[in-house]
Amino acid sequence: MHELSVCQSLIRQVEHIAAERQAQSVSSITLSIGALSGVEPELLKNAYSIASAGTIAEHAQLIMQHSPIRVRCSQCGSESDALANKMVCQACGDWRTTLISGDELLLMSVELETTEPSPGEMMH
Amino acid sequence: MCDTCGCNITHGNEGLIKPGGKLQKTQSGREAVTVLHSLLHENDHTARHNRDHFDQHGVLAVNLMSSPGSGKTALLEATIQQLDPTLKIAVIEGDLETENDAERIRKHGVKAIQIATGSACHLDAHMIHQALHNLDLTEFDIVFIENVGNLVCPASFDLGQHQNIALLSVPEGDDKPAKYPVMFRTADLVMISKSDLLPYLDDFKPENARRYLRDIASTAPVIEISSKDNTGMSEWLEWITQQVTERRHYLRRQPANASHSHQSHSHD
Repeated sequence: MHELSVCQSLIRQVEHIAAERQAQSVSSITLSIGALSGVEPELLKNAYSIASAGTIAEHAQLIMQHSPIRVRCSQCGSESDALANKMVCQACGDWRTTLISGDELLLMSVELETTEPSPGEMMH
Repeated sequence: MCDTCGCNITHGNEGLIKPGGKLQKTQSGREAVTVLHSLLHENDHTARHNRDHFDQHGVLAVNLMSSPGSGKTALLEATIQQLDPTLKIAVIEGDLETENDAERIRKHGVKAIQIATGSACHLDAHMIHQALHNLDLTEFDIVFIENVGNLVCPASFDLGQHQNIALLSVPEGDDKPAKYPVMFRTADLVMISKSDLLPYLDDFKPENARRYLRDIASTAPVIEISSKDNTGMSEWLEWITQQVTERRHYLRRQPANASHSHQSHSHD
């Protein structure tokens, strides 16, 4: 169960961003997780509550966007949906495909509570 | 995918950051920060540092992954005995507990560093970085990293290796690539280990394992190997020697990274 390690790394990134912007708290965290990322969203959710306890992100809403598996065929050029263990081209059946989506394990964005303008905004 | 030029934006997630997408909206008093970094950003950073360190010394780093008991250490022992002796080997061993595997390697006169991960189910780039502090890379040509026996977690962590090898032992069954696609997709070479057992465990069909690998669009070559009766050993030794040669050719063409073979270990 490596989801806890993943969450601890996530929290450190979020803490860093929040400190940089002098945020009071983190209201939401949006992740993009593909079925081929090797991370189970449910386990990640459980691990998040452990990893975030006592941090600035403790009460943040964790939003997980599922990223579908899509492949592009190197033979016929078609793009199609695929399964984790069935990644052949749906148009021509060839196995020589390239993954174009589905292995993401990304921190997309963080929403911060900032009562005062952040340094970035003051510059404008 | 890289996380510096924006190519982290894929078909799967581009809708989120387009104008009007979920990540564009925010309430007053709140600030939305678009990040687009891997969740394993820190690990990936250290992995790149490890890879630079290997490259500065022209060392090939190979990550061995498989279930526990599929023959990783036995393969390394046979490799040490049979590989061209001018290629110097070091081994980093990952296990939850014990120095047993490192001791097996040391008996062959090869430098081995044991990482006891405690309860961690995988090696990460930081652990490898620590281990590298105890390894003088000027002395070696290949560093084998024997990951914790596990077909799930090690696949998610880049260690700074150049090549991934997945072992699939005959007693495990030929459908493991279909059951653990994330792990097998990362493999640059798949070895069907303990192939001496094929006559006894005839429900394992190597052609089925190959078919399951094609189903996950793997282009990795497959070697049937037995460190007991030596099947496949010459093919494997040829493969690994070829990787060392190819890496060195690659580094020679990349003078900015490669020519500082005596550059001291630096951190950024």
